[in-house]
Amino acid sequence: MAKVIVVTSGKGGVGKTTSSAAIGTGLALKGFKTVIIDFDIGLRNLDLIMGCERRVVYDFVNVINGESNLNQALIKDKRVDKLYILPASQTRDKDALTRDGVERVLNELKKDFDYIVCDSPAGIEAGAMMAMYFADEAIVTTNPEVSSVRDSDRILGILHSKSKRAEEGLESVKEHLLLTRYNPERVEKGEMLSVEDVQEILAIKLLGVIPESQAVLSASNSGQPVILDSESDAGQAYTDAINRLLGETVDFRFLDVEKKGLFKRIFGG
Amino acid sequence: MSEQIFELKGNLFTLSVLHLFSADTALLSKQLDEKIAQAPKFFAGAPIVINLSDVQDEALDFSFLKSMLSGLSLNPVGVCNGSQEQNEIAKAAGLSVLNYSQDVKGATAKQQTNTSIVEKTVHLPAQVIHGTVRSGQQVYAKDRDLIVIGAVSHGAEVISDGNVHIYGTLRGRAIAGAKGYNEANIFCQKLEAELVSINGSYWISDSLQGEHWGSAVQIQQKNDSLEISALVKG
Ligand SMILES: Nc1ncnc2c1ncn2[C@@H]1O[C@H](COP(=O)(O)OP(=O)(O)O)[C@@H](O)[C@H]1O
Ligand SMILES: [Mg+2]
Repeated sequence: MAKVIVVTSGKGGVGKTTSSAAIGTGLALKGFKTVIIDFDIGLRNLDLIMGCERRVVYDFVNVINGESNLNQALIKDKRVDKLYILPASQTRDKDALTRDGVERVLNELKKDFDYIVCDSPAGIEAGAMMAMYFADEAIVTTNPEVSSVRDSDRILGILHSKSKRAEEGLESVKEHLLLTRYNPERVEKGEMLSVEDVQEILAIKLLGVIPESQAVLSASNSGQPVILDSESDAGQAYTDAINRLLGETVDFRFLDVEKKGLFKRIFGG
Repeated sequence: MSEQIFELKGNLFTLSVLHLFSADTALLSKQLDEKIAQAPKFFAGAPIVINLSDVQDEALDFSFLKSMLSGLSLNPVGVCNGSQEQNEIAKAAGLSVLNYSQDVKGATAKQQTNTSIVEKTVHLPAQVIHGTVRSGQQVYAKDRDLIVIGAVSHGAEVISDGNVHIYGTLRGRAIAGAKGYNEANIFCQKLEAELVSINGSYWISDSLQGEHWGSAVQIQQKNDSLEISALVKG
């Protein structure tokens, strides 16, 4: 049975698109047929991060409006087998997504895919609501700062009361906390909240802690999801998160300040 | 054509019923005044239905009765169990005639000669919330206690007409005794609230950040102000 996972946050710029790309790719690497859908109509940057922006012909809105069929709009990833992207439209406005239309497309995808990863836009407006409405699981992406944590708390409340599962009284949406852009040095200095602080406030299960990393920037500049950079700290942290998502128990890494060796201290690291 | 801007539908409401055992309005006024003095906030503006089942044969001046009740800051909205004649006069005085099937003839009450208010304490079980009340959410436990087994987040609000019990951290707003009840309490395991309010007295975060900040507390109303004490003493 296909699972719909929404990557959501409330706040913008916390790493939803980066995480959607990494998690979708990670699931496909594990052998699950996976599609990542860009719900950020009008902005469209999942395709940039996935490096397929020049291959976009039709998009999510075209499919909803019946202007193309799903197979025409789905972009097959060239690096990872079983990975597909359904891009957003750059030209339409956000109202182009209707609940019926989204449900129709999701139901069609469910027949064929194991995982459907929905990259949500920021905010709690219609677009974000649409991305989370049909979710079975939610990956609440949060930065270790007060405003991001509050917005995530708000999103959790909405998932609890306004998702399809909530409205139909089904088992509630499974919630995961993904802490991104974690900077142990700034946590140590008290400039950022710690993992414990965030967990105490949000009180949901921790799926992963992704460190603030130069590798994310290099990866997105080259149109490559960071999880494919298996040498990098962020790439490894996303892989750990995938393993936890699939039920494994994995120790958390990259939580503490790295003790710099003499070499690094002299030449910078 | 413009869109319809209203919706009309039936609903059930709780109204207080003033059951008269005598038509002596002067005595009624005096006794009611005493009764209300015991809990003025509870009765303030309360919608009242006058039950006439035991005074059906009496001549009552409804205009006078109405203004007398209004003067006690009650809000008379209708009558029930009156005679045909009483109903007509009541209607003319602007009161609604309501159907009421229970207690049509209070057999024992008949023997009482003076007016009294029958007050029933109806016990409603507490409302229990399992899990965190999140930012942007509001919970109102009407006419009952509220128990939260979890935290109340920043930007969340919990309200109760009775006590508020929070088995977790209170970071948002908690309001107890919302309809006026000076014995209401707020209990929480960790006080980090944005606002606490009991029976109209309130404190915001700034005033709460004293010795009890971050610990388990009980908050009560004392002399029209609030008092915070440690929940676990010693
Ligand atoms: N772990 C990380 N380390 C460093 N930069 C990051 C990390 N995660 C995200 N970013 C950067 O933050 C910015 C916003 O990320 P993005 O995934 O687009 O967020 P959102 O989709 O939530 O708006 C991007 O420039 C991205 O490269
Ligand atoms: Mg994004």
